[in-house]
Amino acid sequence: MSCTVSMTVNGKTVSREVEERTLLVTFLREHLGLTGTHVGCDTSQCGACVVHVDGRSVKSCTTLAVQANGTAVTTIEGLAAADGTLHPMQAAFREHHGLQCGFCTPGMVMSAVDLVRENPNPTEAEIREGLEGNICRCTGYHNIVKAVKAGADAMAGAQATPVAAE
Amino acid sequence: MANPNGIGAPVRRREDQRFLTGRGNYTDDFKRLNMTHAVHVRSPYAHARILGIDFADAAAMPGVVAVLTGADMEADKVGSLPCGWQIHSKDGSPMKEPPHYPLARDRVRYVGDAVAVVIAETREQARDAAEMVVVDYEELPAVGSSTRAVAGAAPLVHDDAPDNVCYDWHLGDKAATDAAFANAAHVAKIDLVNQRLVPNAMEPRAAMGEYDQSSGEYTLTTTSQNPHVTRLLMGAFVLGIPEHKLRVVAPDVGGGFGSKIFHYGEEAVVTWAARKVGRPVKWTADRSESFLTDAHGRDHVSHAELAMDADGNFLALRVSTLANLGAYLSTFAPSIPTYLYATLLAGQYKTPAIYAEVKAVFTNTAPVDAYRGAGRPEACYLIERLVDVAAGVVGMDKTEIRRRNFVPKEAMPYQTPVALQYDTGDFAKNLDIALPLVDYPGFQQRRAESKARGKLRGIGFATYIEACGIAPSNVAGALGARAGLYECAEVRFHPTGSVTVFTGAHSHGQGHETTFAQIVAERFGIPIENVEIVHGDTNKIPFGMGTYGSRSLAVGGSALVKAMDKVERKAKKIAAHMLEAAETDIEVKDGRFTVAGTDKSLGIGDIALQAYVPHNFPLDELEPGLDEQAFYDPKNFTYPNGCHVCEVEIDPDTGVTTIVSFAAVDDFGNVINPLIVEGQVHGGLVQGIGQALYENCVYDEESGQLVTGSYMDYCMPRADDVPSFTVRYHEDQPCTHNPLGVKGCGEAGTIGAAAAVMNAVVDALSDYGVTHMDMPATPEKVWRTIRDATPAMAAE
Repeated sequence: MSCTVSMTVNGKTVSREVEERTLLVTFLREHLGLTGTHVGCDTSQCGACVVHVDGRSVKSCTTLAVQANGTAVTTIEGLAAADGTLHPMQAAFREHHGLQCGFCTPGMVMSAVDLVRENPNPTEAEIREGLEGNICRCTGYHNIVKAVKAGADAMAGAQATPVAAE
Repeated sequence: MANPNGIGAPVRRREDQRFLTGRGNYTDDFKRLNMTHAVHVRSPYAHARILGIDFADAAAMPGVVAVLTGADMEADKVGSLPCGWQIHSKDGSPMKEPPHYPLARDRVRYVGDAVAVVIAETREQARDAAEMVVVDYEELPAVGSSTRAVAGAAPLVHDDAPDNVCYDWHLGDKAATDAAFANAAHVAKIDLVNQRLVPNAMEPRAAMGEYDQSSGEYTLTTTSQNPHVTRLLMGAFVLGIPEHKLRVVAPDVGGGFGSKIFHYGEEAVVTWAARKVGRPVKWTADRSESFLTDAHGRDHVSHAELAMDADGNFLALRVSTLANLGAYLSTFAPSIPTYLYATLLAGQYKTPAIYAEVKAVFTNTAPVDAYRGAGRPEACYLIERLVDVAAGVVGMDKTEIRRRNFVPKEAMPYQTPVALQYDTGDFAKNLDIALPLVDYPGFQQRRAESKARGKLRGIGFATYIEACGIAPSNVAGALGARAGLYECAEVRFHPTGSVTVFTGAHSHGQGHETTFAQIVAERFGIPIENVEIVHGDTNKIPFGMGTYGSRSLAVGGSALVKAMDKVERKAKKIAAHMLEAAETDIEVKDGRFTVAGTDKSLGIGDIALQAYVPHNFPLDELEPGLDEQAFYDPKNFTYPNGCHVCEVEIDPDTGVTTIVSFAAVDDFGNVINPLIVEGQVHGGLVQGIGQALYENCVYDEESGQLVTGSYMDYCMPRADDVPSFTVRYHEDQPCTHNPLGVKGCGEAGTIGAAAAVMNAVVDALSDYGVTHMDMPATPEKVWRTIRDATPAMAAE
């Protein structure tokens, strides 16, 4: 059985006919060609698939595409500015070497952005606890934690600037 | 530093832009016109005879293109997956090397062994149909562990491997070792298990096969650490495709840690099937398949004894290890518990006599092969746990017994009793740097303070040395390697002065696109933006042995230097011609070629342009072009070494171990990019900590079922499980035999960390009379140990 799913993805309205069982991550990767969102496990443990649905981080491997019907989805491809300027969190990951193979990175960055939205000034312990749902096998988390702290500071700074874009 | 992005600079990685914006290109991201999807039908039994396969219903399912089995492969004369390393037993007989077919033919030998493949229009359709394939199995008794494999009357995994033994090997001087033990004042003993681990690169394995009927060319895109090796093994031994008709591409690869070195059956299946169905075929493992079928790591059961004189000087080491190789020989499996393990048993110590025996056995479990460190973490763990036990036996401080037995810096180069010759190392210096970092003198006070809060505090040391950049080829060959272990690089200057570097090393997180470019930018005094690093494609790279064993910089980087030397020599000739000077009068510095004693000079960019647009080259002496290739074969292994110190606090009520601090001091020789090096150490440490405290791959001994088959059962270290680290390195002891003076840093963290953590845990439990605990030190295990020991304490 198939059904029509419509949503806004990275600011663009999309509509596709999909099987009802289609997962959101499959919808993004296979139907829309947005391969930045990754699948690292099949038990909703690793967090490589995290995207934002209406601004909240969600594991897209455990969400049906139909559940996201009518929502606004942001993937890693939609985080940087249109001119390619990195989001402060992306820039912080680069500056602090918070990534190696890059596979967990999209989910990690999306989780980190949502973590900072909920807690704009997190401590190291809060960052570590907040990223508990994202597994990284390369970095040992040390530089990810540094990056998230720096990213949080940069996001706070960006918000404090009156002309900062939304 | 002449170049802001040159050697030694913490250059931010060039690969990050694409990874951070979702523009990486991993194997599963590729799509092709008319592409089909493959799903494997896998054995639910650890050991069974295949009596029949009925796929009529599956083949009739919507979207199904084909269902293929081992019989189809046999009809097409598809070969067995080859093993790249041959070991001989004590008696001189070669190891047992049973066939390993990509799709099983008559018997399955581990849970996850592939018996058929379903190819369909979509992944979902292939999966649905795979569930409809009916395999008639006759279940056979299984062997789920190495100890069961060698127990009397155990079932045979392979009929032609009696007692399930692959080889029974030894190294060292038994007579000298026995004699030293006979005269020892003290003997320390330990029995330990180095448990099986699942490497768990975050990107599951994937492979896509394509066949072009008009040209007869095959392309395999795959999650590989070494695409040329896969091309050679699969082309020559499995599918019979000549190299010029087979391209293997390893694009962005999401971590490897050893598990993506090997040539796996699925790669052969999709390549072969692409021709059979006349369409591209893609397979991507789900995580459950990764747990079942990625080559696992470790899995040793060992007994070891250390003989000492009255003053705690080491006299001899005796080791006996039972190694589990799983159901079939993975590509490099036989070398791991032998030449990458027993050869490291000297550690940092001048133990004069060592004898090691290793019996490697087949079991009905997934194949076991290299996992980060590969043999060296097993050696380090055994030695460093044993040294802590020895300190207790002779009543010495754990740092003092180590210091007393270190090979002194002055003894370098040092020939160990187990084949290796260390070129450099200042082990006392590592310890001297580490002790103040962890305030060792203040430890007893911190311990007392913890005790006052009802907690148990322990400190653990581990010193390690590893042999990296496996080499030289003649030595590797003598030890059983079926290929040389050199590396290749090509440096191509373009007419306008930019450079493309082709390297046989492969980056899957290590940052070669940055590090290698720094080396080129420094050498020729050009902006790093003008250097592009190409890797991972057999149609672009001359040849490459790939990346594993911390070899990329030590071997691949050396090949790059050798190629740059050739470029410089050629550029010098061109400069001499252009400047009308003698070649011997040309001086080269930072990419400028100057006639000695004059102001006549040319930049490398001017020379590159002339190299491609020559009008008056003396063509019998000087060819146009500036593009040079080099193969580098190392003269020796490199020997990174270091000292790791871990401090833990245990809550006796819950058994939970918390790492309070962790300091790593390493000697990697010269460092090209400190940011990347530190990142490698951090990641390595957490894999070692994961083994010590969390990870454990468990098979049921009798049924051979994998008990820990997902992230819900196999505990991966997460951000809130581990601390931040204190990482230091020194560059006082550069490698003496490669041009960059580099040693390698990829595996060091993992090699030292597990031993440091476990030594700290055992130290914390020392008041309970604990002298050893097998990994992982889970809360349950620690809690039970404390509970079982408590009556004895109460009685004291």
